[in-house]
Amino acid sequence: MVQELGYLKETASQTAGPYVHIGLTPNFCGIAGVYKSDLGTSMVNDKTLGQRVTVRGRVIDGAGMPLKDALVEIWQADAGGLYNSPAEMRGTADPNFTGWGRCPTSAEDGVFTFETVKPGRVPFKDGRLMAPHITFWIVARGINIGLHTRMYFPDEAAANAEDPLLARIEHRHRAETLVAAGTAPSYTFDIHLQGEKETVFLDI
Amino acid sequence: MSDRQNHKPETGAFFQRDRDWHAPAFTPGYKTSVLRSPQKALLSLDNTISEITGPVFGHSMLGELDNDLIHNFAKPGESAIGERIIVHGRVLDERGRPVRGALLEFWQANAGGRYRHKKETYLAAIDPNFGGCGRTIADDEGYYFFRTIKPGAYPWPNGVNDWRPAHIHFSIFGHGFAQRLITQMYFEGDPMIWKCPIVNTIPDRRAIEQLIAPLDWSNTIPMDARAYKFDIVLRGRRSTFFENRPEGN
Repeated sequence: MVQELGYLKETASQTAGPYVHIGLTPNFCGIAGVYKSDLGTSMVNDKTLGQRVTVRGRVIDGAGMPLKDALVEIWQADAGGLYNSPAEMRGTADPNFTGWGRCPTSAEDGVFTFETVKPGRVPFKDGRLMAPHITFWIVARGINIGLHTRMYFPDEAAANAEDPLLARIEHRHRAETLVAAGTAPSYTFDIHLQGEKETVFLDI
Repeated sequence: MSDRQNHKPETGAFFQRDRDWHAPAFTPGYKTSVLRSPQKALLSLDNTISEITGPVFGHSMLGELDNDLIHNFAKPGESAIGERIIVHGRVLDERGRPVRGALLEFWQANAGGRYRHKKETYLAAIDPNFGGCGRTIADDEGYYFFRTIKPGAYPWPNGVNDWRPAHIHFSIFGHGFAQRLITQMYFEGDPMIWKCPIVNTIPDRRAIEQLIAPLDWSNTIPMDARAYKFDIVLRGRRSTFFENRPEGN
């Protein structure tokens, strides 16, 4: 016998279910008066540095139908390429930018919208710069464990061409699923859960 | 957003997630997963700074009743109807370290199994004094607690006669976005746990048992509320034995 490693097991994920809004965006679903406002609805203020951009999109199931009960969170660096996190060791991020946003998909057309800024570039593990990107996390009824992916920008072709993550996608046409459509300052990022146009999801 | 400057942050990559312990994406017994599960393999990626970092939330955003679901939606002088309980526990990482400052958000049905949501059509009554949401931030020991009423079981359109066991939904933020987790807590002794298609998406019985909160008799408050203890484990960080430097630096 040897010593036991003694690590604990991670608590298993479960679906967020159809009523995730009650807990995470109560004002959005009509539960007023418990919290002043829903968390993550505002990422910027009038002092935030950088180029303002709008990112909108839908989460689409295997039958081509947009999910009207999904919840999307994003996490990104500020315009200077710094994260507003205690684990950011390279400097201090813009205090007027949260870096984190949360938005339910609309009950009418399934669209989510984030008003944010275009992120600066951050380094990969080996020091090479990654292309500007936004991390996405998607939960919903029917999704057993939150799905991670990334959105890249269509007007950053040179940076995207040298991005270490995009370069790792073996089937080259699938790399396009991570690049948004549109032109500055308005981008569209549709996430396909399944099928022909399936988005590349990450095990991070 | 941060009030944790007093602690030296950890910056190691997270332990790889054990995806045999978690539910797979495609679980046909839970019907909605069939069209909402990716069919292609996930792209694995050792953590970059985009995954190691994450938002941290300060106590200043919390209201006085945020962790009291019995009163945070009730009219003055009134309270929600049902079995009064306290849910408490610790948020730890896989190395057994407290995750100080973790944000926990929870939501649930009322005592009759009815959610306060416009898409909900179950005929059980709404409780005018119960909203069903709460939140709190773990202290320096990773400890958290909240007060609520025990939720009722709830029927749902999956099989003809499927019922969810009593459960409370939890959402947890650790220190890195890679730790982001949503799960559900169940109650000790509930016979419906083992019949539930959502519970049974998890392949390993021990992983299911980790979601069942025991009745904590020692912390039950006489003539007031019973207690349930629910510990949560988030991914651990690798030790940073050697820094990763590009060649030539």
